[in-house]
Amino acid sequence: MRVTQGCFSFLPDLTDEQISRQVQYCLEKGWAVNIEFTDDPHPRNNLWEMWGLPMFDLRDAAGVMMELNECRKVYNDRYIRMTAFDSSHGWESVRLSFIVNRPKQEPGFHLERHEVAGRNIRYTTKSYATDRPEGARYGDK
Amino acid sequence: MNSLSSPSAVSQSVDETSTVERVDLRREFNEVGIGEVLDQLDRELIGLKPVKTRIREIASLLLIERIRKRMNLTSEVPTLHMSFTGNPGTGKTTVALRIASILHKLGFVRRGQVVSVTRDELVGQYIGHTAPKTKEILKKAMGGVLFIDEAYYLHRPDNERDYGQEAIEILLQVMESQREDLVVILAGYGDRMDKFFASNPGFRSRIAHHIDFPDYSDDELLAIAELMLHGMNYKFSADARQAFIRYIALRKTQPLFSNARSIRNALDRMRLRQANRLVADLDRVLSADDIMSLEASDVLASRVFSNRAAADNIE
Repeated sequence: MRVTQGCFSFLPDLTDEQISRQVQYCLEKGWAVNIEFTDDPHPRNNLWEMWGLPMFDLRDAAGVMMELNECRKVYNDRYIRMTAFDSSHGWESVRLSFIVNRPKQEPGFHLERHEVAGRNIRYTTKSYATDRPEGARYGDK
Repeated sequence: MNSLSSPSAVSQSVDETSTVERVDLRREFNEVGIGEVLDQLDRELIGLKPVKTRIREIASLLLIERIRKRMNLTSEVPTLHMSFTGNPGTGKTTVALRIASILHKLGFVRRGQVVSVTRDELVGQYIGHTAPKTKEILKKAMGGVLFIDEAYYLHRPDNERDYGQEAIEILLQVMESQREDLVVILAGYGDRMDKFFASNPGFRSRIAHHIDFPDYSDDELLAIAELMLHGMNYKFSADARQAFIRYIALRKTQPLFSNARSIRNALDRMRLRQANRLVADLDRVLSADDIMSLEASDVLASRVFSNRAAADNIE
């Protein structure tokens, strides 16, 4: 099941050219772009791991693309996203966030029904991928 | 059948592109607006004949390359990395800024910013510090020009564990693989740059344009001084001009002479003396002309003249 989080996630995957244009848009707005990755795609997991520090004071998207390619070399089997931060009102806040890399196989989520007091039911979603330990969740078994 | 028809198809398509697109070189030249930049270069930079010739050559090449690209006659992206060598104060940094704007106008760099760095900004202080530091600078310079002043400091031959070598390797790699994203300009004093290139042959071969900045002649230094004064809304009186011609001749013989930079410093000191002279006489009513002009006494009070007098006395 395709994970849909952030911008553009209902569209086909962006090409590098398209990613670069989006990043350039962010840089022209004066936003700092950050690369993050994770192998835990649960929708409530919003703190992904950072690939280096956010990139401040860049003028051209080529610099960000250079880092993205480095990150892909290492974590090609995980989710990678770009996040653009706007600091114009005194603190960094996310303006744009989109997935730029995803695992080949996305096993999807399991819906767990938890029967509690009375006839009440609580629901939990759990990614099938997280059955396996971190770092071994995607790719060959 | 296929093998027979394909060559003719190719030649036809080449024919088509070259006949369809006729290029008006003058219009192209005006459109890009480099004529303006080159004229400005001629106007505002005095002397530097070989440098200007070289920049014109590069600009022409880039203009033609641009047209070729439109006609689908693409060759490889030309290598634009440069090295500027010359004595202090010969205008290396100023020219680097101009080059960036020429490259930007011609569309060979996308943004046209100049990131000016020295060893400190590229080389780290402990293991693992250098690579991220160098990469950060490179990322900032992407789409523009990276100007590395006193580049020979990157290489410390006496210390083989120096982190400079790591920075050099990253630079070389990016200079080669991202030629269309970034132009690197190395600058420094002639003899030391030669030594630097000798110990890093990779750099020499990746740099297409080696430009040598000559020292200025006395006349050129005077013209520079007058241009600077004009920019600051000052002028020499006739006597002061004569005195300054002597000043230049004397200053050149003294140690630590750094061409246009020395001239700028001298002018700053003369402004100081002029202000002091004017303030000394508070009852005087000043005209705009008084405030603008530097007198001979402002020039002659310089230490350069007194040193000379002292030297003469000893002799």
